[in-house]
Amino acid sequence: MDCATVPGKGRGQLPIWLRMMNAVTDDSADSPVVEVSDLVAHYGDRVILDGIDLQVLPGEILVIMGSSGSGKSTLLRHLLGLKKPSSGQIRVLGEDLTRLDQKQLFRLRRKIGVAFQNGALFGSLTVGENVELPLREHTDLDASTIRVMARMKLEMMNLAGFDMLMPSELSGGMLKRAGLARALVMDPEILFFDEPSAGLDPVTAAELDDLILNLRGTLGMSIVVVTHELESAFKIADRIAVLDQGQLMVTGTVDEVRATDNERVQDLFHRRPRNEAVDRDAYLHRLTGYRHDAP
Amino acid sequence: MIRLLHRIGDSSFGFLEQAGRLLLFLIRVLAKALRPPYCWRRVLRQIHFIGARSMLVILVAGLFTGMVLALQFYDTLVRFGSTSLLGSAVALAMIRELAPVLTALVVIGRAGSAICSELGIMRSDEQIDALECMAIDPYRYLLVPKLLACVISVPLLTSLFIMIGIGGGWFVAVVLFGLGEAAYFQGMYETVVMHDIYMGFTKSLVFGLLIVWITSAKGFFLHLERCGAYGAEGVSRVTTDAVVAASISVLCADYLISALVL
Repeated sequence: MDCATVPGKGRGQLPIWLRMMNAVTDDSADSPVVEVSDLVAHYGDRVILDGIDLQVLPGEILVIMGSSGSGKSTLLRHLLGLKKPSSGQIRVLGEDLTRLDQKQLFRLRRKIGVAFQNGALFGSLTVGENVELPLREHTDLDASTIRVMARMKLEMMNLAGFDMLMPSELSGGMLKRAGLARALVMDPEILFFDEPSAGLDPVTAAELDDLILNLRGTLGMSIVVVTHELESAFKIADRIAVLDQGQLMVTGTVDEVRATDNERVQDLFHRRPRNEAVDRDAYLHRLTGYRHDAP
Repeated sequence: MIRLLHRIGDSSFGFLEQAGRLLLFLIRVLAKALRPPYCWRRVLRQIHFIGARSMLVILVAGLFTGMVLALQFYDTLVRFGSTSLLGSAVALAMIRELAPVLTALVVIGRAGSAICSELGIMRSDEQIDALECMAIDPYRYLLVPKLLACVISVPLLTSLFIMIGIGGGWFVAVVLFGLGEAAYFQGMYETVVMHDIYMGFTKSLVFGLLIVWITSAKGFFLHLERCGAYGAEGVSRVTTDAVVAASISVLCADYLISALVL
């Protein structure tokens, strides 16, 4: 497995003397915000993730790539603490997810934002109420302040004036952006974004890519994007991690990953079909993240 | 043979797994429900959905049940010349058996199926994962309001069913068959005791709990179904299972409570 560590673009914008001072005064400044070591996950007796080692550095955009069924969605669910690994360690913002109880996990999750593939907005609430929800649940702010904060986030996502609509009245791209606004409303330190470009037209997908880059530029947060869209990944990534059949094939900058001689990675990059027999059950497990124990 | 044993073992483990999951689910929801704070706005919204919006169906069902009951009892009692017992027969049958059971079945069909499919769609659309990722406890946010609403609404709907059923019986007995109004109600006052009302109330409480427990657990754990339920087809299958399981549980519980209390 190739491995290369590259400083995040966001940090690169700081003057060199400030970075040196930070390095002297703050040891944690460069420590990874997400650190996965030797992660193994099973469904039944099948190995879905096999010895994953991965780091996300402060202020960087890490793109986790892979074809359908490669295990990238499962990896994301583990990073979010939605699934417990069979073995290995996942540290998010310095805390070991595998050892946290529910209270501690919820406290940690207030510092992370998650934008789901289809927005995962609640159908019974308006778009505005969806974005307000985390603030209403976790803060003592009054209703008008919460409304203003939610509208600001919606404006950031170019959704000003859409707060009174129901999610069913939004297009696919708008749903993703509204989901992103909700993920950002608590000003998280890390943003996880699941398949930002999936199911979108090229123009809307490009707009979302720009939005992600702007977010990192303005807010300086670390962003983990899970995608299978090559163009989008090459455009936004500081580093790319490529997964295949539950194994991490390569991690590095866009150029490093592109230059890799790993055949599976090149198949993915050059859209070459693989004519291998596919284990149906293993494929379904990886694809959906759920059990399909057919007899 | 080995294949058969394997299948039996597999389905036994599956049953035990599901039973254990359901039990833990109930304990967890009850533990959260017994600990404040409550979001009364969400509870009221659920009471509106489960209770208020079921009222029309309950009124119609109660009215016709009371009417048909009076019709049948009148036809039987008139042969023995004991039509004065009609009022008490209608009231007792309503309070002890018919109102709790039929109300529960109506609520299962109208609200239970909706609870199950709503939670199933939320699970399949990652909305429950989204709640967890926002550090919002889905048990407290989604399930506790449904539990409280169901346990409050079902006994109230049962009372409504009893009242309207007795009214329907009065219409048939007094207005259609010309039985004395005093005879109809006097019999009721004399035979119905608090014990009967306690029994009906206990049943409606237990049924309310059973309905919300089974239907919400089925929807909430959609992703853990053994045959892999997902999407529209999965939700519809799980909802059907939930309605069947809840209805059968209500009927079994009805017998058990009657046997224990009588």
